[in-house]
Order: sequence, then C-alpha cells, then structure tokens
Amino acid sequence: MSRPVQAQRLEGLDKNVWVEFVKLAATYPTVNLGQGFPDFSPPDFVKEAFVKAVSGENAMLHQYTRVFGHPALVTILARFFGKLLGQDIDPLTNVMVTVGAYEALFCCFQALVDSGDEVIIIEPYFDCYEPMVKMAGGTPVFIPLRPKTPAPGKLMSSGDWQLDPAELASKFTRRTKAIVLNSPNNPLGKVFSKKEMEIIADLCVKHDVLCFSDEVYEWLVYDGKKHIRIASLPGMWDRTITIGSAGKTFSATGWKVGWMFGPDHLVKHLRTVHQNCVYHCPTAAQEAVAQGFQREFEHYGKPESYFVQLPQELQQKRDRLVQSLLAVGMKPIIPEGTYFLIADLSDFKAEVPNLPDCEEPYDSRFIKWMIKNKGLAAIPVSAFYSTAQKRNFDHLIRFCFVKEEATLKAAEDILQQWKLKKTGP
Amino acid sequence: MGRGVRVEGMLFVPQRFLCLGIRTQLLKTVSSLRSFRFSALATMASKHKNAKRIEGLDSNVWVEFTKVAADPSIVNLGQGLPDISPPSYVKEELAKAAAVDRLNQYTRGFGHPALVKVLSQVYEKICGRKIDPYTDILVTVGGYGSLFSAMQALIEEGDEVIIIEPFYDCYEPMVKMAGAKPVFIPLRDKKAGNSASSADWVLDPTELASKFNSKTKAIILNTPHNPIGKVYTKEELQLIADLCIKHDSLCISDEVYEWLVYTGNKHIKIATLPGMWERTVTIGSAGKTYSVTGWKLGWSIGPQHLIKHLQVVQQNTLYTCSTPLQEALAQAFLIDFKRMDDPDCYFYSLSRELEGKRNRMAQLLQEVGLKPVIPDGGYFMIVDVSALDVDLSDMVEDRPYDYKFVTWMIKSKKLSAIPLTAFCGLETKEQFEKYIRFCFIKQDSTLDAAEMILKKWSKQTA
Repeated sequence: MSRPVQAQRLEGLDKNVWVEFVKLAATYPTVNLGQGFPDFSPPDFVKEAFVKAVSGENAMLHQYTRVFGHPALVTILARFFGKLLGQDIDPLTNVMVTVGAYEALFCCFQALVDSGDEVIIIEPYFDCYEPMVKMAGGTPVFIPLRPKTPAPGKLMSSGDWQLDPAELASKFTRRTKAIVLNSPNNPLGKVFSKKEMEIIADLCVKHDVLCFSDEVYEWLVYDGKKHIRIASLPGMWDRTITIGSAGKTFSATGWKVGWMFGPDHLVKHLRTVHQNCVYHCPTAAQEAVAQGFQREFEHYGKPESYFVQLPQELQQKRDRLVQSLLAVGMKPIIPEGTYFLIADLSDFKAEVPNLPDCEEPYDSRFIKWMIKNKGLAAIPVSAFYSTAQKRNFDHLIRFCFVKEEATLKAAEDILQQWKLKKTGP
Repeated sequence: MGRGVRVEGMLFVPQRFLCLGIRTQLLKTVSSLRSFRFSALATMASKHKNAKRIEGLDSNVWVEFTKVAADPSIVNLGQGLPDISPPSYVKEELAKAAAVDRLNQYTRGFGHPALVKVLSQVYEKICGRKIDPYTDILVTVGGYGSLFSAMQALIEEGDEVIIIEPFYDCYEPMVKMAGAKPVFIPLRDKKAGNSASSADWVLDPTELASKFNSKTKAIILNTPHNPIGKVYTKEELQLIADLCIKHDSLCISDEVYEWLVYTGNKHIKIATLPGMWERTVTIGSAGKTYSVTGWKLGWSIGPQHLIKHLQVVQQNTLYTCSTPLQEALAQAFLIDFKRMDDPDCYFYSLSRELEGKRNRMAQLLQEVGLKPVIPDGGYFMIVDVSALDVDLSDMVEDRPYDYKFVTWMIKSKKLSAIPLTAFCGLETKEQFEKYIRFCFIKQDSTLDAAEMILKKWSKQTA
C-alpha cells in the first residue's frame, strides 16, 4: 500500500509506558514495585463469590448478560453510590458496567469529545488520558499541580501540590468540552480537598464543561482524609461521569470490571459507544463484584468492612516504605491516597549520570538501570507528564506499595544494600 | 434546548434557582445579559451533545429484542445464546484459575502468555504456517472486540469497506464509527425465493467486482455466515481473494463459527489462500468455540504489520482482558489441542451435537408448512414466513414486515426470533423482510417447547 495501512487516529499513540516497563520487570528478576497491582489475593468473600458463580448451578452465568451491566451489579451499584451521593441513581439509565475503568474512560472520550474540542488534563496524570483524548480527535490542554515548599521540618505531602486557581481559570476556553479529574490522584496520591473541588466545579458550571471523574482509588485515603465525589457538588451531577473500578476496590485488577454513573443524557451516549465497541462485559465476574458490594453495603463503615480494612493496612505499608526511602536518601512525597508513592531523586546521587542532551528522560534511564542492576522496579513519573513538561519532572519515580510484607521487606533490603554500597567503608 | 420563552422580544430563560416573585428583577438582569446568554445558549446546547462519530448509531436490534424476550415465559430462539451447558472441564478450569492469587491480577495486555501460546499452536496446525504468539495474535473482548480493534486500527474517513448482506449487524455501525463508508453487496438466492440450503445464497462475481475500487480499504467476510449459515467454498473465497489482491485491499475475516460446520462441508480460512496471509485479520471467539458467550474472549490473528496496529488500539481502549478467563481458556485449549486428531475433540463433538439440533429445527419448521434455509454451518437458521400470510396491517409503526412479525410472534405465540432486516442495509430491506432468524443452540427442552408452539400454530392456521 502506498499510504500507511493504519488509520491516522493512531498517530503518535504507539508508545506505552506499561507495555515497555511491564515487559522489563518480567524479563529481569525484580522486586516489582512498578505496575499498580496487588501481589496479594482479593479478599476471600469476593474470591468465593467468583468461584461460586463459575461452578454453581446457574450455567447461564457463562452466557451473555445484559449489555449495559449485569442486573445484580447495576442494582447494587445504584443503591450503594446513590446513598453516598444522596442522589437518586437509576440502575438502568444512570449506571453502566465496563471492561475496567479503562473502558469507561475510553467511552467518555469517544462519546463526548470531537475534533476541535479541548479537554483539560491535570498533570501528573494517568497516562492513558492523553492518547485517549487524541484518539477522539480532541486537544489535550494541560495544567500542572505545582509543588509548594512544605513547612520547615515537615516532609512534602501530595497535599502540597496544588493548582493555581487563576492559571486553571485561564485554561477554560470556548472550546473546552471537558476536564478530567482524578482524585485520589495517580501517581501523586493527592486527595483533592472540598475547596479545591469547588474551584473546579465552579469553572465547570460557569463554562458548561463536562467532568470525567476517575475515582478508582476512592477507598484508599489516609490520615483521616475524606474522598469527595465531585458529582455531589451543586450543579455537578448533570455534567459529571464518575468512574470506578472493581480491580482497585476489591484488589482484583485481573477481573477488569469497572463502571460509571451519571445523568442519563450523558450516559446514553456512552452506551452507544459501548454497544459498538465491546458490547457485553463478562458475566461471572460481574456477579461476584455484585456480591462483594452487597456485603460491603451491609458492613458499610464498620470495622469488618474491606473498605475500612484495606486503607488501614495500606497506610501502614505506606509509612514503612516512606521510612525505607528516607533512610537511603530518596525523598518521598507522602501520598494522601492511592497505593502509589513518588520519590524525588534530586539528592540521591546514584550511578546513573544526568545527561541533559539525552532524548530519554532521566527517571526512565534511572529505572531501567535500577531494574537491571538492583533488581528493583518502579515507574518513571515523566511518563505521567505531557511532552512539554517531561523535562521538568524527570527526577521523580513512582513506587507501588500494595504489596505483601515479604515484597516490601525485599525492597527495603535492596535499598539498604544500595545505601551501604554508596556510602561504603 | 427549547426552554426559553420570548417575553417582549427578550429571551427569558427560567433558572432552576428562580424565586417566585422576583420575575421583573430577573427580566432586567436577563435583558442586560442578553448578548452573553444568546451565544452561551448556542454553545450550551452543543456541550452535552454526543460526538459526531456515534451520530445515528444508538439503536441496536439486540438491546431491543433481548429486552422483549427476557420474559421467561417466552421460548427464546432469538439471540445467539446457548442454553446448553459448556463442557465441565471448561468451567472447572475457571474455578481453578480463580483460586490462584496471581491470576486475579493484570496479565499481559495483548494476551495472557499461556493463551496466546496455545492459540498459536492450534492455528499453526490449521493454517500450516508459523504464527508468533506475541506479534501475530491479539486477545480481545470477544470476537466483537476484535472487529472493533481491527476497524479502529485500519479503517478511517475516506475509506470504503465492503459488507456482504445479510451481515452481523455490528459491522455497519463499526465501519461508520471509524468514519468510513460501508458498501453493500447482497448474497442472492439463486433459487429465486425457493432456497432450501444456505449454499443457494451466492455472490454475483461481476457485481462483487464492481464494488471494489481504489478507495476499498477492506472487505468483511463472515464464514460460516451469520445469519444464513453459509460456508463459503474455496472457489468463492478465491473470487474474493483475487479482488483483494488486485485492489490491494484488506480482508477482515470473522470466523467465530469456524468449528460449526456440518456434514459435507469444510471451513476454509481465506488467510491460507496465496497472497492473503499478509492482508487478512482472522477473528475467532471463545464464546462460540466453547459455548461460553459470557466469557467475552476473542482473538485476532494475522501478520505482525497489521496486528501491531490492533495492539495499539487495545492499549488505548481497555488495555488488557480478564486474567482468570484467559488462563482457563488456555487450559481448555490445551486439552482440545492434544486431541485435535481425535473425533472426541470438543471442536468436532459440538458440531455433531448441533447438526442434530439443526435437523430437528428444520423438521419442526417444515412440519408447519414453512421452508427453512438449511444452514451448512453456524447455529442459526433463516426461514421465509410469508407463507403463513399473517395480517399485520393493524400494526401501524413504520417498520419492515419481519420486525412487525417477530414483535407479533413474541406477543401472541410466546416464541422469539430475530428479524432478518436487522442484518441488512436500507436498500435490501425489501429483499429480506420476509425472513426471520432462529437460533438452535438450545437444549432439548427448549426445542420441545418450540415444537409445541409451532404444532399448535399450524393447527390454528390449517
């Protein structure tokens, strides 16, 4: 063929940090604190529900279910989140199940973003937002979270990274179709406060802009912080799609069950995309997630709730990793939420030289070296930044701490060994 | 928007927070903001609107008819939904996989290693060529997901895509969503309305050739064919292949029913014809292979230079498919791969089971005076219902005869099917509106219930 065989919509979308770094971590023997997935099991009640669904009497759980979501699942999701938002949520018109939150995001952009539309993305961002906006023909408009110096004697927190309200307001134009909000934020761990959300909400209402709210880490908030759902703020329900994930909620990333909810006049367009893209989602896992939510609905707020226990467990792991990193001279930025933690390498004089003329960002080269020479995997934070900003944020690496004790101990040992080697006798 | 009310030449837009009694004040405010409001209204109306790519793609025959047929008192021979059980080892492998911690977490985006490896083995054997599991295969969410990935990867505005009618209904909206133009060509009944076999439905070679031009990016082939059940012969495939090569077009070959071919027929992969491997994406489905439609796993197989683009789509749409399902499928495939030369292999035993059901279904329809088109493959059967001469003139909606017939049949006979015009473009509706499609991958009790309805029906019309 004289012209390229592939469609133009794929232009510039072929690189992917996960494909690259997941492969690397699998190639070398590593303690893997890179890709975000638990290396422990989903909770028993949800695993059992899945086993029951696939081996039980009802063989129809191996066949197609309702296209827009298994009835048992959309029903409990509508009840559960309706209660949390104080909003009447109809399971059939306001909720849709997707193949992971990833597909929910894809549906948002395909359904509602056209050529010429601008979409505001807050940096650092989960890397897929940018290519998805582009694939929909839209123009990503970036705004960075800016780190403020913490109070003396205090460690930097994700809360110290903030949007400049005037700068944010300037990003809204006639062409702004939507803003993508991710709270708790991957990779930084920032949990947007109510005040910060109100600033965003006010601009959305003023400019009649939609909000795609990626809330997959909604249960993972620490230090008594509260996760705010922007759809619950005044004027926001009618313009927000809220996205969630069973993978993150129930530590079962391999199930690829996600969902979204919002007003019917927006969700109906996402239904159109979904029915022309994957059509159905697998049945059995939806049944299991429905049972999981039913159980959590009954135990909501109680000590035995998984949504209470998991963040408690993870806060301890976070604190432990923070100490390990401090001990070796990497500066951790304390995350208020998610199971990710960013470490600043600026003071960590390591064997990887800074080459200002090199194409590949420093953090990426650092991690590749670290994987091969230290057997420890992380993810370069520059992967979560736009091309324009990569150079400014290339001394940060992201660790994932939703790992069992043995893994975190192994990481600790590697870091300790590394420090000893550097400081030496 | 339609909610504005003209008051003395000014546009008064009621706000949700309007307090009763301050109308005059608001009118004043509105008039001063008039110019802002006018332009804001114009943009406001467009902000919540859908993107152009999905314009007109919202209706879907399945969403409509599965809702209707969800009533358990209706004998459902509509949607292609097996109510037979998958083989027990398939269910067992899934239960086993779910119990392994690591298998509940992310796997490789383009396909779980164990699964792509066994798929490459199975298809190497069939195709007689080397297939690299990592570069030549993509695992997707059902055959549907493969179709979508192929279209998004390879089709765009300015392209034409040939679709053979009747067609699995998603082809047309997917081509449109990719911005391209569908070009239709119908299968024609060479028995001119008297067809008794799916083999009677053929493409006119001259007509087919006329559909190809320099804009033809691809042709979508579906064999065995849904809804007619046609299994394309080598000669028919060669005709299509020659045109693809001549015009340098691609072939998207939907072969999800590849194992379901009945006595006297052979499924041939167009990708195995000379010059075709490098331009064909072949699609398969676990749902149809193992009677597990609810697993939603499919795959695309083809040359690296095409598959790599489908992989890029995957990494920007859903990234990866379910791990435990892929592991279970891999184990099931290993079991059947080992016995691929054995008649007990599920690929062949399912086909034998379905041939029996096909024959029974055909007989039931013949006994009530209908002339079904006996399929050579797949698990669907179409039948011309005009002989029943049902008067539907009191159904006023402007819809083709078969839609009205099926709606009526569901309501009054408690039997569901799918109207054939759901599977064709606008131009050919008249040609196909007397046909409806039955699905026969159903357990005996379902077919028994259908038999009772049909017998009663024929007594009434006698």
